[in-house]
Amino acid sequence: MTTSAPARTPRKLGGVKIPTRLDRRYLPVVGTFVVLALMLIVGGSRYENFLTPAVVSNLFINNAHLIVLAVGMTFVILTGGIDLSVGSVLALSTVITAALLQAGWPPAVVIPVAVAAGTVIGLAHGVMIHYFQVQPFVATLAGMFFARGLCFLIAPESIAIDNASFAELATWVQIFGEWRMTSSVLIALIVLGLGFVVLHLTRFGRTVYAIGGGEQSALLMGLPVARTKVLAYVVSGTCAGLGGLLFAMAQRSGYSLTGVGMELDAIAAVVIGGTLLTGGTGFVLGSVLGVLVLGLIQTIITFEGTLSSWWTRIVIGVLLLIFVLLQRALTLRRT
Amino acid sequence: MTNLLRHYLFWPVAALVALLVANTVARPSFLAITIRDGHLFGAPIDILRTTAPLLLVALGMTLVIATRGIDLSVGAVVAVSGAVALSHLASSPNPESPVTVLTAVGLALALCLVLGVWNGFLVSALGIQPIIATLILMTAGRGVAMLITGGMITTVNSAPFKVLGSGFWLGLPVAAVLAFGVFAVVAFVVRRTALGMLLEATGINPAASRLSGVRSKTLTWTVYAASGLFAGLAGLLISADTMAADANNAGLFIELDAILAVVIGGTALSGGKFNLSGTLVGALVIATLERTVTVLGISPLVTPLFMALVVIAVTLLQSPRMRERLTAATRRPVATTPPEPQPAARPDSTEVKTR
Repeated sequence: MTTSAPARTPRKLGGVKIPTRLDRRYLPVVGTFVVLALMLIVGGSRYENFLTPAVVSNLFINNAHLIVLAVGMTFVILTGGIDLSVGSVLALSTVITAALLQAGWPPAVVIPVAVAAGTVIGLAHGVMIHYFQVQPFVATLAGMFFARGLCFLIAPESIAIDNASFAELATWVQIFGEWRMTSSVLIALIVLGLGFVVLHLTRFGRTVYAIGGGEQSALLMGLPVARTKVLAYVVSGTCAGLGGLLFAMAQRSGYSLTGVGMELDAIAAVVIGGTLLTGGTGFVLGSVLGVLVLGLIQTIITFEGTLSSWWTRIVIGVLLLIFVLLQRALTLRRT
Repeated sequence: MTNLLRHYLFWPVAALVALLVANTVARPSFLAITIRDGHLFGAPIDILRTTAPLLLVALGMTLVIATRGIDLSVGAVVAVSGAVALSHLASSPNPESPVTVLTAVGLALALCLVLGVWNGFLVSALGIQPIIATLILMTAGRGVAMLITGGMITTVNSAPFKVLGSGFWLGLPVAAVLAFGVFAVVAFVVRRTALGMLLEATGINPAASRLSGVRSKTLTWTVYAASGLFAGLAGLLISADTMAADANNAGLFIELDAILAVVIGGTALSGGKFNLSGTLVGALVIATLERTVTVLGISPLVTPLFMALVVIAVTLLQSPRMRERLTAATRRPVATTPPEPQPAARPDSTEVKTR
């Protein structure tokens, strides 16, 4: 049932051997890219103002928080785990931000506190999962309830953010011609870059892949499994905290019911981006492509006008199915 | 003492008893059951009634988890079931007639069975990981339910259908009788035939059990179909209780509650051995917990927090490492007064975790 990590053809280091054709590992990501391109082409040909810089910019602006969540989720899923708490932690971070700003704290203090809340919850997950051997699903599920409960405890009702300096931070918009970008997009892209570098160029990143490929083997190889596994959840929690901050910037409010079901969007984005839920295979860039595909579905349905919003869910489900089948076909051919 | 502590039902039952005691302390009449209009009334009866849908979903979930799977789609199936039944009732000329109600129930259950079979097909025929296979329906299912209700909350008046949710039979709530009846039948079939053992074999090692002649694929297929069917029945109970089909909120998070019930009951998510009695206790714990929150006057908004604390406590106490330490502590020669350095350290560590 479980697909073992594929035997990769050993590549010679130092660029001696140049791959003549595309590595199989990249196929799912390429598939996502093709779908994204097709959606852009179809959208562009169907609707007049679809391929304008404004629409594409908005795609990023509206999904900046989801990009950050998906990057964190990729780390956890690569180790073979899952993090169901990200939606609630995001909400917790928005609520903390809003509540503390309302209480008159300066943004310079509030921002680290909001992000740190996510970090602490992530650390708790990691400890529960690794040291107490609670299944990731259950541990992060408890974390999900916990964070949501804390939100209600802090603020049962929506709190508006009217702190001037925080608002200034949020409205910072840079313009390259017609291309707009908010600071949240910039932060999301920085997180993406960091995620990419950490996963591919550091020892920690390689260990993440190794654990996903086979925890026992990683342990026998003498890799720091415990530290890496806990850190993966810390990364995800921190990303969720940061995502909440971006969300608060965009919404200018903190509300305890934000992000219900957002963990599913993040997981769907990661899966559509070609990461296997068994762990060990996948790319952080793919996850971001997945986020863009999800965002584009929303955009297209908005452009279509006559389609009801619930079609979004159905289309996402169908896309998930297609990608899962594609991955399945690929892994079958490998073995 | 050691055996008692190590029994898989010890912690869940302890949690249930603790909750009941807390309730009785807060409200001495909590356990009182009175007879009114020939029906039994009281908080315990009410808990039985509210457990019913969760118990059904958790029952299917236990079987699925036993085969090393998971079914995330049950919440969506609950919504679809209610949407189909109530839409049929609403569109029929005579929603009060028993025939219409039976058709509605039949239609809903049939569709849910099909959804379950679809999950089973993805998992057993195509070999997709259960968590993703059912994630697909979980994502799309509520969209389908919205499609059926046309995006509105369908409400309808139908006395025969309402009986399912709030009627009484022999003084007991119909919903509870149905759910506990189905539970008893399934428990009997699974535990008094080889079926349960075959399910466990499939969960422990699918390849080995297939090689030794167990029809793993058929079994896997069956448990997902059963899970869909039970979720459909739960959806009928939920929609009959409110007489409204809310595609967005019916059965929201019930998959998580059900998985918690299974885990609290001592069945590991890694498959294999399963405890139906544990699931029953787990479902009761969750239903009682929700009740406790109102009895103790805790704001219902904080329910998730309260639930998280209980779940963290129970799962940590059940975790292999904790069990090892507990048994090690009780096995010591001076076990009469165990110094328990670890248990003392434990509450601290959980506090750190939950902060």
